[in-house]
Amino acid sequence: MKLTFKDLRKKLYIFATEKTIGFTLISIFLGLVVGAIFLAAAGFNPFQAYWVMLRGIFAKPSYMSYTIIRATPLILTGLSIAFAFKTGLFNIGAEGQFIIGSVAATATGYFLHLPLLIHIPVVVISAVLAAGIWGGIAGYFKAKFGVHEVISTIMLNWIALYFQNFLIYTKGFQKPGGETSYSIQPTANMMILKTWKQSEAGREWLLQHPFWKDLLRTPMNWGFVIAILMAILVWFILNKTALGYRLRAVGFNKFAAEYGGINVNKNMIISMFIAGALAGLAGALQVVGVSHKVTLIAAMEGYGFDGIAVALIANSNALGCILAGLLFGALKYGGTKIQMFPVKAPSEVINIVIGSIVFFISIPKLIKVILSRKNKKGSTK
Amino acid sequence: MGYENVTKSLTKVIEMKNITKKFGDFVANDSVNLDVFKGKVHALLGENGAGKSTLMNILYGLYSPTSGEILINGKKVDITNPNIAIEHGIGMVHQHFMLIKPFTVAQNIILGQEPTSKMSVLNMKKALKDVKEISERYGLYVDPNAKIEDISVGMQQRVEILKALYRGAEILILDEPTAVLTPQEIVELIQIIKNLTKEGKSIILISHKLKEITDAADFCLIIRRGKHIDTVVVSETDEEGLASKMVGREVSFSVAKDDKEAGDEIFSIKDLVVKDNRDIIAVDKLNLSLKKGEILGLAGIDGNGQTELLEAITGLRKVESGEIKINGENITNKTPFQVISKKISHIPEDRQKRGLVLDFDISENAILENYYKNPFAKRGVLQYNNIKIYAKELIDKFDVRPREESKMARTLSGGNQQKVIIAREVSNDPDLLIAAQPTRGLDVGAIEFVHKALIEQRDNDKAVFLISFELDEIMNVSDRIAVIYEGKIVGIMDAKDAEVEKLGLMMAGGGNE
Ligand SMILES: Nc1ncnc2c1ncn2[C@@H]1O[C@H](COP(=O)(O)OP(=O)(O)OP(=O)(O)O)[C@@H](O)[C@H]1O
Ligand SMILES: [Mg+2]
Repeated sequence: MKLTFKDLRKKLYIFATEKTIGFTLISIFLGLVVGAIFLAAAGFNPFQAYWVMLRGIFAKPSYMSYTIIRATPLILTGLSIAFAFKTGLFNIGAEGQFIIGSVAATATGYFLHLPLLIHIPVVVISAVLAAGIWGGIAGYFKAKFGVHEVISTIMLNWIALYFQNFLIYTKGFQKPGGETSYSIQPTANMMILKTWKQSEAGREWLLQHPFWKDLLRTPMNWGFVIAILMAILVWFILNKTALGYRLRAVGFNKFAAEYGGINVNKNMIISMFIAGALAGLAGALQVVGVSHKVTLIAAMEGYGFDGIAVALIANSNALGCILAGLLFGALKYGGTKIQMFPVKAPSEVINIVIGSIVFFISIPKLIKVILSRKNKKGSTK
Repeated sequence: MGYENVTKSLTKVIEMKNITKKFGDFVANDSVNLDVFKGKVHALLGENGAGKSTLMNILYGLYSPTSGEILINGKKVDITNPNIAIEHGIGMVHQHFMLIKPFTVAQNIILGQEPTSKMSVLNMKKALKDVKEISERYGLYVDPNAKIEDISVGMQQRVEILKALYRGAEILILDEPTAVLTPQEIVELIQIIKNLTKEGKSIILISHKLKEITDAADFCLIIRRGKHIDTVVVSETDEEGLASKMVGREVSFSVAKDDKEAGDEIFSIKDLVVKDNRDIIAVDKLNLSLKKGEILGLAGIDGNGQTELLEAITGLRKVESGEIKINGENITNKTPFQVISKKISHIPEDRQKRGLVLDFDISENAILENYYKNPFAKRGVLQYNNIKIYAKELIDKFDVRPREESKMARTLSGGNQQKVIIAREVSNDPDLLIAAQPTRGLDVGAIEFVHKALIEQRDNDKAVFLISFELDEIMNVSDRIAVIYEGKIVGIMDAKDAEVEKLGLMMAGGGNE
C-alpha cells in the first residue's frame, strides 16, 4: 500500500482533530516553534537554546530530580483546577488555597511535637482540610448568594496572601531577624533520607557513589508519588463513583441534574472543597518536602495560575495533569538554564513558549481550520 | 402524473447527488439524492434517526459529506462551512434554536451582518428599518425591540426565519419547525411558508406531522435508516401512503384502548399558587386530582401556567401557597429528590435543558435518578456492567437508534433523545407519571409506541398526567380532560364527551365555569 501525501495529510487531520492527545502534541510543537521564532528574532540560536534546555533537564540525575520537584505542586494545582472544571466550576483560587495549605502545614509542622510517623500525616491532613474549607467558602458563596466563583476566589487569593504575610510578622511564628517563619520540626520533614544524607556513614557512602550523591543533593521527597496517587484518585472519583457522577452531572448540565434530584448547591460546595484540598495539598507538600517554612511573599507565586495552564494542556484530564505538570516543570526548570552561559537568553522566552502552547490549545478551531482547508479540498476530488 | 413529469418544467435550485455521510462506521446518509425547485416546498420525511438533520447539516456546511456532490443553480459547490452556504443563499432554522437570549430580536437578526455607517459604527436605525421591511413583506410579525428570553418559542422561530432572510436566503431549511409550536402557531407558519414561496423562495421542510406535509409541501423525499427510499408528489398521495413508505409497514393512527374503571384518588392539588420567573402569578388557586388507573390530559394554550404547574409539582419551583399530595403525603415545596422518592416521574417538556445531560452517554443518562442505587452503584462505586445491561434493555424496549449505549446523548437525533428520556421515566415505574409534550419530535411509529406505554402504565393502575398542546393526542389518549386557562382549571370532562370545538373555546378562555 502506498501512502500518498494526501493520505498523510488526512491522517494528520484526523489525528489532530479527533484525538485530543494528537491535538495537544501539535499545540506543544507549535508553542515551541513560536518560542524559537522569538529566540531567533532576539538574536539567539534557537536550536542551541533548546539543546541547552534539554540537557538542563536530562543531563544529570539531580536535574531530573529538580524537574520533578518543580512539577509536583503544578500537578496538584492542575488537578485542583481540572477537577473543578469537570464539575462546571472555574477555580481561580488554587493560588490562595495553596497558600492556606502551606501556612497550615508550617503552623502544624512547627507548633506540634509529634512522633515521626504521625507528624507528617497530621500536618498534611490539617493543611488539606484548611485549604478545602478555603475552597469550600467560594462554593458556599456561590450556592448561597450566587457570587461567581471567579470573583470570590480571586478575593480569597488576596486574603490568603496577606494572611500569610501577617503571620510572618507575628511573634512566635516569625523567625527572629528574618522575613520567614520558623522551620517545621524534623519529624515533619518528608525529604528522602534526610538525616542519613548528613550522617558520617551516609556522606562516606555517597562519596563513592556519584550518581546517588548527585541525586540526593536535591530536596528529593515523596511529594511526586503522592501527586501521582492523587491524580489516579481524582480520576477514579470522577469517573467511577456515584459522587463523581453527581459532580459531573452538575458540571455538564445543572438543570438536568436538579431535575434528576441532585442537590446542585451542595455538590458545588463539595466540588470546591475537593479542589481546595488538592491545591492545599500542593502547598503542604511544598512545605514538608522542599521549603520547610513559609516566607514573606510580595506577589502571587503563581502555583495556582500555572495550574490553570496545566489543566488546560491536560484538557482537564486527571491523568493528563501528571504529564502536563511534568512538561511545565521541565520547561520552567530547564528554562532557567538558557539564561546562563552559553545562551544567556532571557528566561521570559520560556514564558512565551508556555503562553503559546496554552494559546494554541485554547483555540483548537484555528488548527482545525488550517488543517481542514487543505484536507477538504483534497478529499472532494 | 409522476414526479418526473411534474418537475420537468421547474427550475432546479439545488441538487444533492449521492450524498453519503458516515460517523465512524455508522452510515447516517447512504447515497441520498435531493432536488429542490424554485418556489416549491420540498418535505423530508423519515423516522427518528433516519438522517434528515444530518442531510440538512451537510447542505448548510456544518458537516462535510463522506462522498457525493452538491450543485447550486447548476454549479458544483463545496460547502465547507455555513458562511459558504449563506453566500449561496441557503438559510437554516435548526431543530434547536441558536439565538442569544439576552439580546433583542433585532440584534439577533443582524448579528454577523450588522449594517454600519461610516467608520464602521453600528447603524441600529437602519437595522430596525430593514428588519421591519422584511417582516412586513412576508407577514412575519415580531417586536424588534423585545428580548429573546421574553418572547414565546413561536416568536423565536420567526426570529430565526427572519435572520435567514436578512442574510439573503433564497432557500430556507426548516428542521422540524412545528415540533415546538402550538396548533395556532402552526397555521400561521404554514401561511408564512406560502408567502415565502409566492415570492420565489424555496423551502425544505422537515416534519413528522404528515398533515403538515400534505398541507404545505409540493414534493416529499422519504428516507429510511439513511437510505433514499423515494421522492413523491405530495398531491398524488395521502397521509397513510406517506406513513407506510416511511416506516415500511402499515401504521395505525388511532390508539387502541380498553375501558377501565379508575381507582382511588392518588394525587391531589389544592388551591395551588405559583409565580413565574417575572414574579407574576402563573398558577392561580388551581385544584386538580388524579385517580389510580387513569390518564388525565391537560389541554391548554402554551403560557397558561402549565410549565409553572409542573415545576411546582416536581420541586423545581417554589409554591407560594396551597397543597400538593401524593398517596396522602404532603409534598408541597419538597426538593426534587424527595418528590422522586415518592414515586413521581416526569418527562420534561424541554428535553435538552432538563431531560438530558448531553455530554453523558445513553447509559449514564438512563440512570439519572437512580445512579446511586443498587445495582448501579455499590458502596459508592458505579457498576458500569450493570448500568450497561440496564441501558441496553431500555434501548431495546424503546427502540432507541442506534443501539449503542455508549453513544453520547448529544449525537443522537432529536427524536431518539426524547426516547431515551421516556424510556428512563417510564421504567422508573412511578405511581404518577407526568408526561409533558411526550411525543414532541417523534415519528409516527414512535408516537404510537409512547401512547401505548402511557396506556400500559394506566392499565397497571398507575396515574398518568399528560400535558400536550396537541388536542388530538389529548383526546385520543386521556380518560379525563382538564382545561387550563390563565393558571386555573376552567373545566374537566370525560374524554368521551370532549369535542374539539368545545375544548378550543375553553382553552381560549370562553369556558363554562
Ligand atoms: N455528530 C454525530 N456523531 C455520531 N453520530 C451522529 C452524529 N450526528 C448524528 N448522528 C447519528 O446519525 C443518525 C441520524 O441523525 P439525524 O439527526 O440526522 O436524524 P433525524 O432524521 O434528524 O432524526 P429526528 O427525526 O429524530 O430528528 C442518528 O442515528 C444519529 O445518532
Ligand atoms: Mg433531526
